[in-house]
Amino acid sequence: MRTLQHRHFASLIAVATLTLAAGCHKKAVPPPPPPPPAATSPAPTASITVTPDTISPGGGAVLAWKTSDATDISIDGVGTVNAYGTQNVQPTESTTYHLVARGPGGSTDATARLTVNAAAPPQSTGETIDEQMFEQNVKPAFFDYDSYDIRPDAQTILAQDASFLAAHPTLKVVVGGYCDDRGSAEYNLALGENRANAAKQALVNGGIAPDRIRTVSYGKEKQFCSQANEQCWQLNRRAGFSLDR
Amino acid sequence: MRALKGLSLPHFRSILFILLLLSLEWKAGAQDWVRTGTNLGAARIRLAAADFNPSSADPQTATLKTTFDTTLYSDLNNAGIFDMVSKSMAPPLTPASPQQMNLAAWAAAPANAAMVAFGSFAVNGGQIAVYGWLFDAKNPESPQILGKQYNEAASQDNARLIAHRFADEIITRLGGGIPGIAETHIYFVAARGGNKEIWQMDYDGQGAHAVTHLGTISLSPRVSPNNDRIAFSSLGKQGWSIRMFSLVLGRPVSFNSPAGTTLSPAWSSDGAKLAFSAARSGDPEIFTSDANGGNLKQITTFKGPDVSPTWNPKTNAQIAWCSGRTGLPQIYMMDSDGTSVQRLTDGGYATSPSWSPNGQFLAFAWNRKYGPGAPGGQDIYIMDIASKRWTQLTHDEGRQDFPSWSPDGRHIVFQREKGGGSEIWTMLSDGTEQHRLTQSSGNSMPNWSWK
Repeated sequence: MRTLQHRHFASLIAVATLTLAAGCHKKAVPPPPPPPPAATSPAPTASITVTPDTISPGGGAVLAWKTSDATDISIDGVGTVNAYGTQNVQPTESTTYHLVARGPGGSTDATARLTVNAAAPPQSTGETIDEQMFEQNVKPAFFDYDSYDIRPDAQTILAQDASFLAAHPTLKVVVGGYCDDRGSAEYNLALGENRANAAKQALVNGGIAPDRIRTVSYGKEKQFCSQANEQCWQLNRRAGFSLDR
Repeated sequence: MRALKGLSLPHFRSILFILLLLSLEWKAGAQDWVRTGTNLGAARIRLAAADFNPSSADPQTATLKTTFDTTLYSDLNNAGIFDMVSKSMAPPLTPASPQQMNLAAWAAAPANAAMVAFGSFAVNGGQIAVYGWLFDAKNPESPQILGKQYNEAASQDNARLIAHRFADEIITRLGGGIPGIAETHIYFVAARGGNKEIWQMDYDGQGAHAVTHLGTISLSPRVSPNNDRIAFSSLGKQGWSIRMFSLVLGRPVSFNSPAGTTLSPAWSSDGAKLAFSAARSGDPEIFTSDANGGNLKQITTFKGPDVSPTWNPKTNAQIAWCSGRTGLPQIYMMDSDGTSVQRLTDGGYATSPSWSPNGQFLAFAWNRKYGPGAPGGQDIYIMDIASKRWTQLTHDEGRQDFPSWSPDGRHIVFQREKGGGSEIWTMLSDGTEQHRLTQSSGNSMPNWSWK
């Protein structure tokens, strides 16, 4: 009977020591795991852009986005997408691209707006423009000798040309740069290039999108007249327009 | 004379004398230095080219031999370093071999030849066989300078080819070691039926034929230094691009032409690089690239047209070109990385520079009186680059343009527009001995091959 008492007593002391120890030295016992924190995952970030941000009907743009710390990303009107990427879009009317990015840290969103210019009202003669009407309305601009500066008279003509092109936004044009037949073939090709680009720049400044205008230099290779006098030479020093099919 | 009253007469006379001396000195100086470096000023060797001995019975012999004799004489005469004994002054002898050669007859008046070329011409079994010698008439004990033989299939083209080869041997031997040009070619632009194509002809105008058949406007041919390709610019659907035609394969081959109007390609003399004008952003600038179009580098940034580059073929370290940055086009020079830009012409309308093979001169087209309303007198000039002194080579009416040096540096080929027509002409690089090479009109922009 006595050994049982001893053992019992020994284990009691052991428990008491342990309990005391636990009570005095909290460090010795690993603490219980803490409950999950309300917000220690990083919040997702998102950004989205569309380039260009304005197009004509039928034109295209590029949507570009990037996100971080998101597992579920979607763009309205496009669908579920990867964390970052680009996409070509060709909407027929102005659209707001709304991106939503969700992740363990929460969710966020971003938007980009693409404006589609309203098409001009159709002409009474129909959508197609014939060569003759084009030539009557989109006239060449003329240059001084060895120059590619836009003179005041040329500026007036180019402004009128720009108005016509603005009113017919589906038209694309080729600007040819031309020189009179004096002077050197190679130099004149380069000068014709400068003239074509000066005229293009004047149209762009007048509001026409650059992707509607293509330039070609003809140098002195194409002549509009052949007399050896200033009147003919002036006629040849031009930036001339034609429909780009 | 009232204004000169204050001067004493001797004083006045000495001023006049000095002025006269200066004007003479200047004129003489302008001519002198043109000749150096080309052997053109060295005393010309009096050379006789005998008609070769017809040494076969074949009916083709006569006509082919006539072609050979005419071509040989013409090549030697064109070389610019011989005083040729005219056929009428030459003794009527056709020695077929050294045993038949009577040097005394050729050395005597009226021929007075210092050297004689002679030999035999035969057609046997459809083959031309030529034996040719060059004898020194002043050295009868040991006269032979050259002894050559040639064999080719019998044809007019080959009769000319053998003559060209023999002439080149003679020219190279007697002309101070500079190789003859009788086997070289000239590439040019021919306007035919609304289009412009690249053509090729022998240096003397023979054998002209079309190389490209692109059915558009192709300009500015420049053959590669090893004769395997022609670079040129051509108007395609999207504008001007630089294209390559392989002379080995007989067809266009691909070339990575940069976007935008690209014009006027020029080869470095080692065939490794091209320079050209490209208008990537609408303003033509000078670019360089590797021969396949890679490694594109822009080397000018001047507003206005920049076009027509030409490399210094001796060093490939400099490029001259035509720029409209100050208004009327002028000739400029720079290092081939675009640094050290120097303006070379001081006014007028200057275009189309071509750098001489010895690196010393630029030939170019210049109208020194250009302006609106002026009649236009555009001539070929050459300029000594080191001193910037220039000489006018042509003085004709009409417009001269696109000079191109021969590889011997003794000749310049150029374009002459007169009376509405345009032809290719050749001349010695001192402006003398101008001959027309083409005759059908509409011929322009010649480029002399490198060999």
